[in-house]
Amino acid sequence: MGRHVVLIEDEPNIIEAIRFLLTRDGWTVDAHSDGSDAVEVIKTARPDLVILDLMLPGKSGMEIIKDLRDEEGLRNLPVLMLTARGQARDRDMAEKAGVSRFMTKPFSNTEVLAAVRDLHAQANQG
Amino acid sequence: MARDTLTGSRIRERRLFLGLRQAALARQVEISASYLNLIEHNRRRIGGKLLVDLAKALGVEPSMLTEGAEVALIATLREAAADAGKPVAELDHADEFAGRFPGWAEVLAGEHRRVATLERTVQVLSDRLTHDPHLAASLHEVLSTAAAIRSTASILAETGELEPEWRDRFHRNLNEDSRRLAESSKSLVSFLDQSNTSSVRRGVPQEEVEAFFTAHDYHFSAIEQGKATPKQLVDESPELLSDAARSRALRALELYSADAAKMPLEKIGRAVSTGLDPAGLAAAFNCDLPQVLRRLAALPEDVLGRPSGLVLCDASGAILFRKPIAGFALPRFGASCPLWPLYAALARPLVPVRRQVVQHGRHAAGFECLAMAWPQTQPDFDRDPVYRAVMLILPLAETPEGALAVGSSCRVCSGRDCVARREPSILDEEF
Repeated sequence: MGRHVVLIEDEPNIIEAIRFLLTRDGWTVDAHSDGSDAVEVIKTARPDLVILDLMLPGKSGMEIIKDLRDEEGLRNLPVLMLTARGQARDRDMAEKAGVSRFMTKPFSNTEVLAAVRDLHAQANQG
Repeated sequence: MARDTLTGSRIRERRLFLGLRQAALARQVEISASYLNLIEHNRRRIGGKLLVDLAKALGVEPSMLTEGAEVALIATLREAAADAGKPVAELDHADEFAGRFPGWAEVLAGEHRRVATLERTVQVLSDRLTHDPHLAASLHEVLSTAAAIRSTASILAETGELEPEWRDRFHRNLNEDSRRLAESSKSLVSFLDQSNTSSVRRGVPQEEVEAFFTAHDYHFSAIEQGKATPKQLVDESPELLSDAARSRALRALELYSADAAKMPLEKIGRAVSTGLDPAGLAAAFNCDLPQVLRRLAALPEDVLGRPSGLVLCDASGAILFRKPIAGFALPRFGASCPLWPLYAALARPLVPVRRQVVQHGRHAAGFECLAMAWPQTQPDFDRDPVYRAVMLILPLAETPEGALAVGSSCRVCSGRDCVARREPSILDEEF
């Protein structure tokens, strides 16, 4: 069975670039742009990994991660957070909320790919 | 004396403030003037209907007469003591302090309110990036678009075999995103410019002086032709708003005027038309090299035959005057790059310094910098000389090999492994 990622991001061209990258790496990518029903989308899709933007319409990435960690079956789901806010305080808050990896924009494709592979490998080992 | 025993004094004070005669007030509240006199001298305690009637006649709340305005004052004093974070042994006597020394109590309370206001201002400014929705949204837009561009460009550059359909789509995205980036950057700059209102800019003397010189293109024909004095120009300038700026501009123009008198425009124009030889000009006009460097920067571009920039600093390295030149960034605030030849000259007074430099950054262009430090005052025994330094900045047609790499200021310099770095740069390594 292929690897499955849900990408919650409101920037269409970032979605396109990440979709291209991960598809070539063997992932199935489902993208979603609205934060308000992101938790439902993830609960339904049950992906191997989530890539989550911090600033989203409807609901912030921080609220989404908190809701995800409250869900019994999603507590250990690897979540890579992408954000334009790279202050230490934001990173700290995100990590406390349960984000697995934090990456600031603009990021490099190599970093994203490496982080996704790494998080997936860690989850499978665990 | 307890506060409520001063009710009579407050009644008297209020009556006098309103210009009411004692008899008139007594009539209004239907008591005798002699009884009111006893009340006003705190010899009769009052309450009930009479207090209400007096308060009504005096146009205040009854509590103002019984408790006085010092209630708020005492509360502020207690707040100040609490905020000081140290135990104040006399805290119970705050009301006595306010009563005995009302002036000092007001000063203390006023300072406490001022500190609280300043703390709020600092908080607002430091949290602006976090909480200003427009600023945060603009920066988010810029960074998200930059992320999209970087990711897309990297796919185009690094993917060997890319299907034409994908390639076209990424080219289109890149085009869209670069346009968006340009627009969002403009919007951000416009927002920051609006925040930097003229009232905020007031009181930044160097900014006002620069606006004044820029308005004249750094050349003052009226002075060259002897039609106006520096003081007249300064007095008439709409750009110079503060006294500090007028004073700085006047000193700069007086220097300009002295240099122009030594090297009149027509003569120096002829001299530089055959080539630029600062030492030769100093000899020909019988003046110092720093004067020549300053004068060359004051010449119109068509006379000098090229654009020019200038920086003047004092012995502490603080910039006193700057004439910007495209491609050589001069910091608006704070200290400049210690590697500038200006500072090499400051370290070796009276020795002319010539360096070819290139500034770190995207538009790295070559410049020739001519610098020299001179004593600001006449040399004297038992007194250390105080120097100033000047640096003329001239563009080079090509960036020479081996040019000295310099920055603008550490905060915005991308130069790595710099021995002179004071603090880390805010520029990400990828910029």
